[in-house]
Amino acid sequence: MKLLKNLLGWVDDRFPLIETWKFHLSEYYAPKNFNFWYFFGSLALLVLVIQILSGVFLTMSYKPDALFAFASVEYIMRDVQWGWLIRYVHSTGASMFFVVVYLHIFRGMLYGSYRKPRELLWIIGVIIYLALMAEAFMGYLLPWGQMSFWGAQVIVNLFSSVPFVGPDLSVLIRGDYVISDATLNRFFALHVIAVPLVLAGLVFVHLIALHHVGSNNPDGIEIKKNKGADGHPVDGIPFFPYMVVKDIVAVVLFLIVFCSIVFFAPDIGGYFLEANNFVPANPMQTPAHIAPVWYFTPYYAILRAVPPLFGSQFPGVIAMGIGSVAILFLPWLDRGAVKSIRYRGPIFKAFLAAYVVSFLGLGLLGTLPASPTFTLISQVLSVVYFAFFILMPWYTKIDKCKPEPDRLTFK
Amino acid sequence: MKLIKKLWMLVLLSIVPALALANTTVHLDAAPGSLSDKASLQRGAQFFVANCLACHNAAYMRYNRLMDIGMSEEEVRKLLPEGSKLGSTMKAMMDSESAKAAFGVAPPDLSVEARARGTDWLYTYLRSFYTDTTRPSGVNNLVFPMVAMPNILGPLQGEQALEVEKHEGGHEVKTLKLVTPGSMSTKDYDATVADLVNYLDFMSEPAKLVRYKLGYIVLGFLFLLLILTYLLKKEFWKDVH
Repeated sequence: MKLLKNLLGWVDDRFPLIETWKFHLSEYYAPKNFNFWYFFGSLALLVLVIQILSGVFLTMSYKPDALFAFASVEYIMRDVQWGWLIRYVHSTGASMFFVVVYLHIFRGMLYGSYRKPRELLWIIGVIIYLALMAEAFMGYLLPWGQMSFWGAQVIVNLFSSVPFVGPDLSVLIRGDYVISDATLNRFFALHVIAVPLVLAGLVFVHLIALHHVGSNNPDGIEIKKNKGADGHPVDGIPFFPYMVVKDIVAVVLFLIVFCSIVFFAPDIGGYFLEANNFVPANPMQTPAHIAPVWYFTPYYAILRAVPPLFGSQFPGVIAMGIGSVAILFLPWLDRGAVKSIRYRGPIFKAFLAAYVVSFLGLGLLGTLPASPTFTLISQVLSVVYFAFFILMPWYTKIDKCKPEPDRLTFK
Repeated sequence: MKLIKKLWMLVLLSIVPALALANTTVHLDAAPGSLSDKASLQRGAQFFVANCLACHNAAYMRYNRLMDIGMSEEEVRKLLPEGSKLGSTMKAMMDSESAKAAFGVAPPDLSVEARARGTDWLYTYLRSFYTDTTRPSGVNNLVFPMVAMPNILGPLQGEQALEVEKHEGGHEVKTLKLVTPGSMSTKDYDATVADLVNYLDFMSEPAKLVRYKLGYIVLGFLFLLLILTYLLKKEFWKDVH
């Protein structure tokens, strides 16, 4: 025991170990009234770790080569000890990452977590989301099935619709004139090294920013305004051990859902693993229906809803791009007197509900083959989607808010 | 000008789903197989090695994985082609170049076919060949029109003919009728195909046999852990008001 204490002292003289522990865990005060929605931040961190660990083991047996990629995935599924489990954990993790992140983002929208002083925290979060989309997109090419190939073909072709530089840009991304071995190799490099490094760095910065400004809460009020004699927020509670033991319960609940998918339905009827991706990539044969994986489909539906202009898809691409980064501007679009939905008026609630419906509706339509009726519905929903953002400065200002409480409320 | 563009959009958009649905308008019969029926899987495996491997590869499937479905090493060794070892993968008797010359396309690898097509599709497809003299192979298929594969199971099933009932409004109902019986009764043939498809399902993911079993153990453990972690949380939060 004494030896351990001496060792700790030795380290602490040379590295701020105890100080870091205190600042980020044992004396980081989180609001006491965290509810269900506040689990998804730590769960996102958990999924990141799951993805990195399972990814490391997949990399040991995967071959980033157009001739061997598909076969090496089947080799993992059959001949590598527990390979099927590692692969399903990784493929389920990819989809669950988005489930968790979408719920985490929505939490921020419910309780106004993007408002002052958390604007930068929010922006870092949106960049993490964008990096995650790039990571998922490039990872999806690696199994080298028909959907991997043609999905990548469709998405990279979007870049070629950019005026003037488009064609060169898409060649730069592919490293070839079509999706090929060169593309597979560079996507592998980016998926395994570049983007994960960026993600890890951004997540670190996200946490540092969070612990600097403090967590928001379901009431949308600042607990730091109400400090006790000991200098700590009266309505706060140390993250360690209280929030940690609470989060562990959420982790187990999450793992129950996660393992149910991994062991009983890893394809989820084609939403997590598409049937057509069990056919090796064939550049000579275009599948009848190409749909991106579910987490991209809302934006894909927006892309298809915008009619081409002078034969160019570019307006749709722009709409899709703006659609996916729109949440970045929330801190400056929202003029509401309060942060939390609990004290917002009916107009904001109606707009938020319409936004959720449009996002889910577009997501569903993006998975289906286009038809005139579906396109019309997509167009209406796209208008609703953008109206939520564009009209926000106006409707949040005129909305009748209820007064915020001085202290946290518990329900 | 705008109107024309819109009309073009409408035309294009209405063709796309028509293409997408072209393969799925045929009603698919549910494949009756079950992975827990080891006898059925073994019959399917025997049939697969004896018939399908003549032209098709199953290049990701190793012979020794047949021991997963309860076959003994001796039984598996009997299935091995000359020069193959227990751990060899299942290779077609015919090389893919001569197969391509014979059929026009190389026969697809069947290792993961059940995951790509689905078992219902396979079960219906293998029972839906009919005589069509306009085709080089002499047969066509309801589920997979213009398929290059000849009906090698024809001698077992017998010859089927296409019957088209025309209804009002151009709506057609296509049915198949057995014209010349084969060496098997329809019931026996359907059962044979069911076994084969059951085997193809196993072969597409051998891990499926352990996946479910392990899943129950893992979930059982997690539910226990949930109770413990919940009690731990409650204990810690007792003094929080």
